[in-house]
Amino acid sequence: MDHLDALEAQSIYIFREAFARLKKLALLWSLGKDSNVMIWLARKAFFGRVPFPALHVDTGKKFPEMYAFRDRYGKEWELDLKVDSCPPLETIDPTLPPAARSAARKTEGLKLALAKYGFDGLIAGIRRDEEATRAKERVFSPRGTEGGWDVRDQPPEFWDQFNASPPPGAHLRIHPILHWTEADIWAYTQRENIPIIPLYLAKDGKRYRSLGDADITNPVASTASSIEEILIELDGTKVPERAGRALDHETEDAFERLRVAGYL
Amino acid sequence: MNMIVPTATSTTPNGTTRPQVRIVIVGHVDHGKSTLVGRLLHETGSLPEGKLEMLKAVSARRGMPFEWSFLLDALQTERDQGITIDTTQIRFRTRSRDVVLIDAPGHAEFLRNMITGASQADGAVLIIDALEGVRDQTRRHGYLLHLLGVKQVAVVVNKMDRVDFGAARFQEISDEISAHLIGLGVTPTAVIPISARDGDGVAERTPRIEWYDGPTVVEALDALEPARPLESLALRLPVQAIYKFDDRRIVAGRIESGSLSAGDEIVIMPAGKIARIRSVEGWPVTPVHGSQGAGRSVGITLDRELFVERGDVIAHVGTSPRDTRRIRARIFWLHDEPLAPGASILVRLGTRETRANVVAIEKAVDPGELSSVETKAIGRNHVGEIDISLAQPIAADPYTDNPRTGRLVIEVNGRIAGGGLVLSVDAGQRAVPVDIVPVESALRPDERSARYRHGGAVVWLTGLPGSGKSTLARALERRLFSLGGSPVLLDGDTLRAGLNSDLGFSAADRTENIRRLAEVATHLSRNGHIAIVAAVSPSADDRAAARRIADTAFHEVYVATPAEVCESRDPKGHYAKARAGALKAFTGIGNDYQPPTASELAIDTSARSVADATDEIERMLAGSGVLFDELVDLAANI
Repeated sequence: MDHLDALEAQSIYIFREAFARLKKLALLWSLGKDSNVMIWLARKAFFGRVPFPALHVDTGKKFPEMYAFRDRYGKEWELDLKVDSCPPLETIDPTLPPAARSAARKTEGLKLALAKYGFDGLIAGIRRDEEATRAKERVFSPRGTEGGWDVRDQPPEFWDQFNASPPPGAHLRIHPILHWTEADIWAYTQRENIPIIPLYLAKDGKRYRSLGDADITNPVASTASSIEEILIELDGTKVPERAGRALDHETEDAFERLRVAGYL
Repeated sequence: MNMIVPTATSTTPNGTTRPQVRIVIVGHVDHGKSTLVGRLLHETGSLPEGKLEMLKAVSARRGMPFEWSFLLDALQTERDQGITIDTTQIRFRTRSRDVVLIDAPGHAEFLRNMITGASQADGAVLIIDALEGVRDQTRRHGYLLHLLGVKQVAVVVNKMDRVDFGAARFQEISDEISAHLIGLGVTPTAVIPISARDGDGVAERTPRIEWYDGPTVVEALDALEPARPLESLALRLPVQAIYKFDDRRIVAGRIESGSLSAGDEIVIMPAGKIARIRSVEGWPVTPVHGSQGAGRSVGITLDRELFVERGDVIAHVGTSPRDTRRIRARIFWLHDEPLAPGASILVRLGTRETRANVVAIEKAVDPGELSSVETKAIGRNHVGEIDISLAQPIAADPYTDNPRTGRLVIEVNGRIAGGGLVLSVDAGQRAVPVDIVPVESALRPDERSARYRHGGAVVWLTGLPGSGKSTLARALERRLFSLGGSPVLLDGDTLRAGLNSDLGFSAADRTENIRRLAEVATHLSRNGHIAIVAAVSPSADDRAAARRIADTAFHEVYVATPAEVCESRDPKGHYAKARAGALKAFTGIGNDYQPPTASELAIDTSARSVADATDEIERMLAGSGVLFDELVDLAANI
């Protein structure tokens, strides 16, 4: 069993635990490379079917390529796709820096969707290596009734025994690819032939390493025009993955504030 | 003992692989864990671009000197309080390995996070402040590493700059911690003097520690081994769920140990049902061919419709785990409320969840100060040995046999509150004795004997395979039935297919096999039936135990057919297989059959007919008063 097999088996185990232990699950589909791998793994776990809805909390500001991808593969992968929109910017905490404030719309959209559908489990494609606060996550991460994350009071989680009993009104975030790295995602995408959004591949000396809203995401300098070249580039780079994501860099703790409030 | 990322190699773009090891860094608060991690990242060139500059700016803005620990303590709250709250995972590379570093918080308050981190590690670095020496928390962490099964521990004695790099002080600490760890069964792989802040001993041996000739921290990490494969152990597949998304009924789960392939004969524990694996299903390609080993998440279909549910454990016939309702475990307790005898808890072992009761608590102890022993309850962050009784039977192994199916967690109010290792499973005892209230039959024995014209009895036929036990047993059954009696045949092989399907052919399993046969037979005889047992039952001790169970109802018949005649008959082809070496632990070839010396009857079937032999058993039963003298012609009375 090689490295990717091991990652895959672990993720499938997490998916099956979530499905066995929670009543109303949804998978958050942000259309990016991580959540596409995640859907692929869900199909592996459940033998070709995703037995819960895929939820796209839509800011309305994604790249056109992302919407085209959603419309095509939502059908091809036979997903129970739910698209919910986010509240307008004016309703969001004005003390947040601009990009973080814009991103916080997604947190609010998520809360509305949670209330609307009554999900007790949200499966999300975050990874420990993306960002320092994500590194501290549990695989099954309890959220308060307001969707908040109490980093000081996380339950112990060991030997793949997960805490899966959210108090009434609260929900769990489930992170089936928490243990993957950016390079793992690409190596697996290549091995399994998972479709990708072409924005990830270099054009005119630039490519997107991470896709968010079109107005707050910037491409990085790159000549990698295939997954193979992306893997070689990642092996040599010291540029962090989210370098192109404006909201991470506005203030020292902008991202942490977002995550404690319920951002992914 | 690796849990979260069960992997031994990592991917590189050119297709080569490097061993990957997961290391947890533990130790008392303020002994310098985060500083060491920051220094390690820097020394191995693993820091992202701009990170160092960012941290310098953060430190300057706060008017503080540069702190390596800021690197990991990325959360605002942590920077304010100066402690690490939760486990952080971070990756770097040494010359030969990819290292996943798990920075575990040292604050006593956050022991649960240390355990969360350490449970995923292949090896550990235990850090000790040279000035402060070995503290309670150091010992506690050492104990927990041992309990979690982390066997490779490198000790670093940090802040050597504070003790003027004194070799004597280092030796003192080294001796104390080595003795503590060795006492727990963990031999440190190295004890290294360092100054994490200045870099001595981390990646380089500096002149200030020239008296030290062991490895640096980086060298010690380079020498740690990735987790050992679990494939060599017996198959254990805890069932996560049964899926029926189409016409297939797929049993899904992760192989915790061993391996499986289509065609394997398996047993589903704790019920002990037997089936064959029809196929291994997959997606996008199905079926999946070849052997599937430990770590794989699989889906299988079976060759028959059996009731299988989440929590069952699938094993190979003959090497299954024990099913039990009593477990003895060594646990660590993380909950605010102490664990006391009589407590109602929820136990999770593999995918099985069951309510349980703490029957007894022994050896409750604070691993920080091992001298103080309490036995009333297990306090928070303390460890202890407990005896628990389970509401449902569970399939489990002692952790020394299988680390994956030999560990459990305890849940209180929906949260994991503790966990530990299975020390032993009590296979014989199915429930707390006080809970058992036997229910008597509605019929008196004499009511039955009036109808059957016989009393209850156990006729125990023992002899070599092929000696004619089953043939004789069937003839006796037919004879007694035709006389209006109530005989019941208990054939050893037949019961091994059902009741005793969880048992193999080890001495212990054979003893248990005979014990169960004797129990069932005795139950039947007490209810007025004649139980006819046909079983090789080679051990004289086991037969003596069966006689003790059945007491005066026991009648042993030694089917004393000569061995060469038995082998020439070979009705099941077993002798041929055994001679070919394909049948292990077969009684008959070799000298493991212990013939009875004081049986009620001995019959050589090579010398007499079946009818003749049956007559003789009937006479024996009549002579001992089991069969009543006057056999009534039932037809005449109708």
